[in-house]
Amino acid sequence: MTTDKIIRVSIWVYLGIFFAYLLGPLIIMSVTAFNSPSFPRMTPWECLTFNWFGELFRDERILNGIWNSILVGFGTVILSVSMGLAGALMLTQIWPKLRATYYTIIIAPILIPGVVIGISTLVFWDRINRMLGLGADSFLSNGLFLTIIGQSTFIASYCMLVLVARLQRYDMALTEAALDLGATHAQAFRKVLMPFMMPAILSASVLAFLASFENYNTTTFTFGEYPTLTIELAQKVRYGITPAISALAFMIVALTVFFALVNEANIKRKKMIAEARKDATVGELAGKIEVPGLVSRNPAAIALIVLVIGVATVTASAMTYSPDQCIADVQEQKRLETEKRIQELRDRRAKDAAEKAAAEGAEGGASQSAPKPSNNSGFGGVFAPNTLQNEAEGATDEGGAGSSNNSGFGNVFDPNAIGNDSN
Amino acid sequence: MSAGVGVDLENLWIRFGDFVAVRDANVHIKGGDFFSFLGPSGCGKTTILRAVSGFLEPSEGNVLIGGNNMKGIGPNKRPTALIFQNLALFPLMKVWENITFSMEIAGASARDRRKRADELLDMIALPGQGDKLPSELSGGQRQRVAIARALCAEPDVLLLDEPLSALDLKLRQHMRTELREIQKRVGITFIYITHDQGEALTMSDDIAVMRAGVIDQIADGKTIYNDPATAFAASFVGENNVFRGKVLEVRGDQALIRTNRSGDLLSRISTANQGKMNVGDDAMMFIRPEALSLAPTGTQGDHFVTAKVNHEEFEGNSFNIFMEGDGGKELKVAIPNHGQSFDDHSGQDMTLEYDVNNAVAVPAGELAAE
Repeated sequence: MTTDKIIRVSIWVYLGIFFAYLLGPLIIMSVTAFNSPSFPRMTPWECLTFNWFGELFRDERILNGIWNSILVGFGTVILSVSMGLAGALMLTQIWPKLRATYYTIIIAPILIPGVVIGISTLVFWDRINRMLGLGADSFLSNGLFLTIIGQSTFIASYCMLVLVARLQRYDMALTEAALDLGATHAQAFRKVLMPFMMPAILSASVLAFLASFENYNTTTFTFGEYPTLTIELAQKVRYGITPAISALAFMIVALTVFFALVNEANIKRKKMIAEARKDATVGELAGKIEVPGLVSRNPAAIALIVLVIGVATVTASAMTYSPDQCIADVQEQKRLETEKRIQELRDRRAKDAAEKAAAEGAEGGASQSAPKPSNNSGFGGVFAPNTLQNEAEGATDEGGAGSSNNSGFGNVFDPNAIGNDSN
Repeated sequence: MSAGVGVDLENLWIRFGDFVAVRDANVHIKGGDFFSFLGPSGCGKTTILRAVSGFLEPSEGNVLIGGNNMKGIGPNKRPTALIFQNLALFPLMKVWENITFSMEIAGASARDRRKRADELLDMIALPGQGDKLPSELSGGQRQRVAIARALCAEPDVLLLDEPLSALDLKLRQHMRTELREIQKRVGITFIYITHDQGEALTMSDDIAVMRAGVIDQIADGKTIYNDPATAFAASFVGENNVFRGKVLEVRGDQALIRTNRSGDLLSRISTANQGKMNVGDDAMMFIRPEALSLAPTGTQGDHFVTAKVNHEEFEGNSFNIFMEGDGGKELKVAIPNHGQSFDDHSGQDMTLEYDVNNAVAVPAGELAAE
């Protein structure tokens, strides 16, 4: 093998390991959401089930957490994007000598640990609350309010960074042109600056929402009576984990991938339209943008279509397919196996007993004085060492069968099921 | 042509900290005129424009539009429309939306706007281009869209801030004519900022020549070219040959100037400086390259110049002779090409002759940078 080839192979191996490291946990977690055992696991695979999604949506606390997270997320988006926009506009307007200082101050919250922000938000607003003489149930000590305020302190800085990047490409002459054409400052802002900033505002909003959604360390101090999803999950995990959480994780992953692909496809499409428009009149355009052309040049679109089809089939099969049958089958199978073993046991016992009886009958007729050492009791073969051995073997077999069929439902009758589940 | 709305600048001063951008400007612009501010970059002409459009409050003095003092009135309330140097077309709006932005602000319906946009697109010879984005147009088309957008606001005064500077030469020349035609058609006052004397001369009714915040001369193009008031105006507008010296004698509207290297030469004193030039003053005399003609070598007199030829070139419509001139600058002579034979005179002395009326004497002053 040449060195070249070795390098090429090792790059692929490296990539493989890298992506496995990156995506492996997500994939495994996603798969466990569809397996029926009550502890999230990928192997052994038992039954394809969508029950964990149902379980998830029946969990009041998770639902409440999601709802609170969404509320907090929207609040944070509104507050931090507007603060970020104001900060970004200020940065372009401010006296140049102050700019560096101002920038440092504005960026500082990103560098401050979230825990500190959480505690200080709590303390600060508590002080203000007391200063105003309000009670513990006032608006200022409301968990929703505190969480939004607390998260926005640093998320606004992220938003500002995104917005400043766009604003730097803005030509101030555009605002002047609008003013010159009779617009008021508010109109110039709304009709010229805002449309220009829109892409940045959208990405800042997404960023703010995601940052808010996943935030734990600031929220943990401020949530009050409004535990967000991260808080709920953290509390739930303390009492043990179920595949319902995998189901949630799977949904989040799927949604993220979906929107990322949609976004990617949109960007590609816009680029193509721009390219096409450059040397075509408006009339020619309608015919030029064709779906096959779009797809053939756009891997993201292909991936999107695959995803859509995948989602559709999964949903469709979830509607028609019921894992109950599978679970029942597994149960039934286990029951049958157990019964079979019991039956075998019985058969063996009956056989043994019959053999013994036959032997006793023969011996009873021939010589009473010399009983077999193995049958020296009045209770038949029950205490025979051979019988015991047989029974022990049966138990071991049954245990083996149980571990290969340890579904949450099927194991009810399995003496080893508890032991297996706690593995 | 309607009477149009005039613009007056009264004792206008504009300062940025210690820097004086405009120094005591007094300009009267007649309604319906095409008026140009001509000067090198950084001379304060754009500052004046911004003061007229309302983006800048004057430090002192007043801007009057149609006789009304504009003090404290914002750009959105002034009857002006500005065409920006970089055009500042709204990049996310289609051409027709750009053009009718002022109508949108005024609350006009989309149907009215569309109709007006189509009219204006016809006027600027871009029919059917309303649905494009500005980025899909060529430089000259964008230029015209910017003009249409400004005209759509129906301003009394249109302000143009070097709008042609981004275009290539051919398009620039074409747009000159077009701008002038549009101005004649709509009949409103145009105030045009440029550093290109060709643009100023071809389009303007009147020109103000500016230098470092000061207006040197306000006159029509012909006067500025033939009868400059200052050394700067004489050297900035068009090509000119300068002779430095001192006033030896004043004879009515003429002055005899003892030049540094070409002897005593007679010249007309420029109209603005008559009665102001005294014997012994430092003076400058300007003669255009095309005002010089060849004379028999060695001819003496107060309107003959003898100098050594450095090199010559043939420019098609003229033969250009470059001779040793004053202050390190070459003396340029343009002999019109009538098909005559033309010998190479490099290294030889030649004598030139001029009409005294075509030579202009002004007080010594700063020259325009080459």
